[in-house]
Amino acid sequence: MSVHDASRERSWTARLRARAERALPPEQLLPDRQPAYVASWIYVFGALTIAALVAIVASGLILGLKGPAWWHVTAIGRFFNGIHLWSVEIFFFTMVVHLWGKFFMGAWRGGRSLTWVAGAVTFLIAIAAAFTGYLSQQNFDAQWISTQAKDGLNSVGIGAFFNVTNFGQMYTFHVILLPLAVVLLTAWHVLLVRRHGVVPPYVRSAAAARGEEHA
Amino acid sequence: MASPRDAAPPWTGPYRSYDLVKELAICIAVVAALATLLTILFSSPDEKPSTIASWARTQPNDFLTTATAELDGSSDTAGYGPPYNHAATGQVIGPIHLQSWLGVSHPVNTAVDYVLAPLATIPNDPALRAALARYVAAPAAQRSAWTDAYAKSIGRAGGSSGAGPVAPMMTSLLALAQSGGLDGALLTSRHFYQTDYTKPLLFLADGSLLSDRAQAQHLLGDQWGMMNETGSYPGQVWLWLYTFWYQIEPFKSSDNADALVWALMMLLSVAFVCVPFIPGVRSIPRWIPLHRLIWRAHYRAHAGRAS
Repeated sequence: MSVHDASRERSWTARLRARAERALPPEQLLPDRQPAYVASWIYVFGALTIAALVAIVASGLILGLKGPAWWHVTAIGRFFNGIHLWSVEIFFFTMVVHLWGKFFMGAWRGGRSLTWVAGAVTFLIAIAAAFTGYLSQQNFDAQWISTQAKDGLNSVGIGAFFNVTNFGQMYTFHVILLPLAVVLLTAWHVLLVRRHGVVPPYVRSAAAARGEEHA
Repeated sequence: MASPRDAAPPWTGPYRSYDLVKELAICIAVVAALATLLTILFSSPDEKPSTIASWARTQPNDFLTTATAELDGSSDTAGYGPPYNHAATGQVIGPIHLQSWLGVSHPVNTAVDYVLAPLATIPNDPALRAALARYVAAPAAQRSAWTDAYAKSIGRAGGSSGAGPVAPMMTSLLALAQSGGLDGALLTSRHFYQTDYTKPLLFLADGSLLSDRAQAQHLLGDQWGMMNETGSYPGQVWLWLYTFWYQIEPFKSSDNADALVWALMMLLSVAFVCVPFIPGVRSIPRWIPLHRLIWRAHYRAHAGRAS
């Protein structure tokens, strides 16, 4: 073994790269083919959900750069707030269709449980992200929703450290913490899908489960 | 133990060409176009927020009734309990008292914060100073008698006999609120820069203005309010299940409705995340074979091969 090889073997960077390549080789990370059964419109809803997330983050960045009051006083701000709002509605619609599709495919089978868990947690965190968005609007909706929602959160102690009537806290959660969590969880979910592949169809009988159907 | 039919052995069949990047690019274009179209057609709702000044101007009697309740400790906020004060223990889930266990983290003293402290900031008013001093020095029973007499006089002709110093105090507070001074006093009482609206929001919520506006916009709790939005916009429709529980018994009439609904939703959320591990639930897609529709081409091909 050369000195160079020994050095590479000790390198944390080289070892991390090797581990990543073993877990997700490039052709598995970005495949240009899929099993023949991946032939339904339901598969598009995962990509549509990610597309809506891209639109939410892009419009949210513009709104965030200009500050929380901007969209109330300018037409262009109102336009981007509209894009942000409707992207969120599209996001949840496509995500729910994706979710039901994956449920009825039993998409957790074949060692894919973690993929389901990652997706389900993303869904729940996304609800919190949208909720803090409603609280950050600085209008009557925000006033009403915060004064109503406080009772539920206070009743289980969450209100002690997550105060929905504190605009500054809700805005921080909405523009940084929760979007970051949603994006990272989505990335993890997608990497798990790529690592384990798309779940195959249910076999038609217990006998077929032993492998005849795929042969 | 999972059924053998839940098995998903690695795919050994044929593959087809699939361009993931192109699919995502087209999806982004479609979503961007759809969001733009919906924005052009419907824009987004933006009802102006209520202020304490607008409340005091449009509903002076409701403002005075609420402020008197804050002073004598009979308002919703005054009797709320944690995290605002120790006036109550809060809601419970059986023997679990999460609301009180987490303590008072956002202290609100309604009499001081909403009435006495703002009035103390008004300069050059000796009569008000004297009234405040008289009220603060009086025993609790006397204060209560004054606030009761004042509350009964609100909206009635003929003055407020028996209300003692409370009458001039409330007259000054109404004037301060109508000028916009109370909005500022509640927000900037401690710092110039401020983003915590807890005190003004709780005060507004104790009155009728917010709920009147909410009722007109179909936002009350019994109108599935948590998931609705002002106007005819879809709102947070994904909260339908959370809102649903408030519409039915035993939650609807329970004193612990919020805690019970939250506990139930947390339980359901954990179950949702754990679907792959729950016997029975994980078999539903096999029992309701919608997958036959999704993978119809696959099953057709294999049926043809079998024959």
